[in-house]
Amino acid sequence: MPRRTMIEAIRDAMDVSMGRDDKVVVFGEDVGFFGGVFRVTHGLQAKYGKSRCFDAPINESGIVGSAIGMAAYGLKPCVEIQFADYMYPAYDQLTQEAARLRYRSNGDFTCPIVVRMPTGGGIFGGQTHSQSPEALFTHVSGLKTVVPSNPHDAKGLLIAAIEDPDPVIFLEPKRLYNGPFDGHHDRPITPWSKHELGEVADGHYTVPLGKAAIRRAGSAVTVLAYGTMVYVAQAAAEETGIDAEIIDLRTLLPLDLDTIVASVKKTGRCVIVHEATLTSGFGAELSALVQENCFYHLEAPVARVAGWDTPYPHAQEWDYFPGPARVGRALLETMGA
Amino acid sequence: MADAGMLRFHVPEPEVRPGGTPDFSNVTIAEAGSVPRPDIDVDPRTIRDMAFSIIRVLNRNGEAVGPWAGLLSSDELLEGLRHMMTLRTFDARMQMAQRQGKTSFYMQHLGEEAVSCAFRKALSPGDMNFPTYRQAGLLIADGYPMVTMMNQIYSNEADPLKGRQLPIMYSSKEHGFFSISGNLATQYIQAVGWAMASAISNDSKIAAAWIGDGSTAESDFHSALVFASTYKAPVVLNVVNNQWAISTFQGIARGGSGTFAARGLGFGIPSLRVDGNDYLAVHAVAKWAAERARNNLGPTLVEYVTYRAGAHSSSDDPSAYRPKTESDAWPLGDPVMRLKNHLIGLGVWSDERHAQAEAEILDTVIAAQKEAESHGTLHAGGKPSTREMFEGVFAEMPAHLRRQRQQAGV
Repeated sequence: MPRRTMIEAIRDAMDVSMGRDDKVVVFGEDVGFFGGVFRVTHGLQAKYGKSRCFDAPINESGIVGSAIGMAAYGLKPCVEIQFADYMYPAYDQLTQEAARLRYRSNGDFTCPIVVRMPTGGGIFGGQTHSQSPEALFTHVSGLKTVVPSNPHDAKGLLIAAIEDPDPVIFLEPKRLYNGPFDGHHDRPITPWSKHELGEVADGHYTVPLGKAAIRRAGSAVTVLAYGTMVYVAQAAAEETGIDAEIIDLRTLLPLDLDTIVASVKKTGRCVIVHEATLTSGFGAELSALVQENCFYHLEAPVARVAGWDTPYPHAQEWDYFPGPARVGRALLETMGA
Repeated sequence: MADAGMLRFHVPEPEVRPGGTPDFSNVTIAEAGSVPRPDIDVDPRTIRDMAFSIIRVLNRNGEAVGPWAGLLSSDELLEGLRHMMTLRTFDARMQMAQRQGKTSFYMQHLGEEAVSCAFRKALSPGDMNFPTYRQAGLLIADGYPMVTMMNQIYSNEADPLKGRQLPIMYSSKEHGFFSISGNLATQYIQAVGWAMASAISNDSKIAAAWIGDGSTAESDFHSALVFASTYKAPVVLNVVNNQWAISTFQGIARGGSGTFAARGLGFGIPSLRVDGNDYLAVHAVAKWAAERARNNLGPTLVEYVTYRAGAHSSSDDPSAYRPKTESDAWPLGDPVMRLKNHLIGLGVWSDERHAQAEAEILDTVIAAQKEAESHGTLHAGGKPSTREMFEGVFAEMPAHLRRQRQQAGV
């Protein structure tokens, strides 16, 4: 099985989808001739032509708004917002238009769009290239929100998202584009070409939306994570020696609550890790769900490790980024150590 | 340079406020028939002046004159008159129904009936409008059942939108009427996207975007112009300038620049102004713009100069911000009366037949209203099941919504 980076896997997903369905169109800032600033769409215009893959004006609301119109017509747009931080001008179109079109028209019009956007920090991107806005989407009725953590899932989830009849926000942890990252920024990175999760099958396959994956089996504590934090959680578990079960959520909405509940009922403890700011972050929702569904099985308070409630700083990036040390402390405290 | 002194903040104001005397003498109105009709493949640079004039067909004597005249038969004009009269009667009944507590809200078209009714007849089956809340004439003129419109207004058990939308926020793919959003201008760029998709698909259908003068200040208006001009999208970009955005006069959105049509000039988009109270002129310009779009000549921006004779909505009181007699002073007249007089001049209509038609239309609207009310009104009779509230958020209901539906006991 070939090994691919996450960038290549995501590109492959679009390639496969465009090859199978001529209704799939790809556009966004720089995505056509140049192939995107992260080169995710490289080669798609050459292969499918300018009417299937093209550059858009620097106008995020225009990108998403026009995609909604295209979807209403019957196409399946898969658009790129260059950084998740740039999606705010498009937020109205995403949350009040794309999310509600099916509902408000009683299915008369639908909106099968995918909005891809690189998310998260760890690349010295500062305040406007590092944000993790997932909670802004999971709070909205009508959107699905996906965060892959490896090339295999990224391809399968993106194909599933493109084939999904509803709007999907596809958040790509850009720190994982070229290899997993465990939060130790001073250590060499293992590239996907040397990692088993870099194995990406050729051709069409899907990873279903709404299904979590257990990345590390354990019995002492459940760790809920997604995107880059899956690897930080794994590093923390290995460094503390705690028998943690790590669940990679993969899809935040719809959420695989059954897998979460089964794990927490088994372990009796839960630590939630995400990169977005703590207050009103998606971890708050996860914590509430665990408390509602597993209260009588809990042997310790649910713990959260997250970004601080500040804008993402540039020079202090590694103090902001939830690393294995912070996650490790939370694991130890949860275990009563 | 000499000391300029302190800076002063400028806020535009309308010419008159309540208590004042309406005065439209400063509104330059081209003579009917005086504006040329260029070929549809005209170089936009050569018709820039059309963004500052007003295309008119009907003159003060009710005659159709000039190069934009002669496109509609008497029968088509009689049909158009009936559509406008129907919309006006429908509005009056629904406004009354709102006052009677049968629905929460209503928005009339009084004075603007020609814009949407005439435009609809310039489109072909399969074309798609992305309307605002004041283009119900697109549905009336396309034969959409009035009972269904009323069911939506009443949010009753037969409401095709299951009670999920505000009254008057219709949706009909079949009739080329995109679901209306409460958020202003969002539909403008969506229309351009729809048109782009049609071009990508090598289809023959075109889109029409609709916006009011006030909402042109929204960034999505400008997004739409950028995308439409960049991709030469087959779309007609309509701006209905009815002078008022609730209480805010058009100068607040327009500023001191020439016209709303002129906004298109910087994008190289052919931009025209038309007398929005002249059914023949609206239709002629709409047909010209639609033909441009359908012939791969790209977008056209059309500003309809009209006047909102009624309130913004059933929640609005225009006497608080403009003279009560301003509507009467509006120099472009009433669209229904102007077409009526034109048809009388042609010898195909009369005051008697008009009065008879008014009575017939009222009977038809009342009959539709009775039928709709047999399905319920907002606070009485049948209404959509609470279970419907949970349906249709997604194509397939996810587990968390199913749990919430169970909690709600439905």
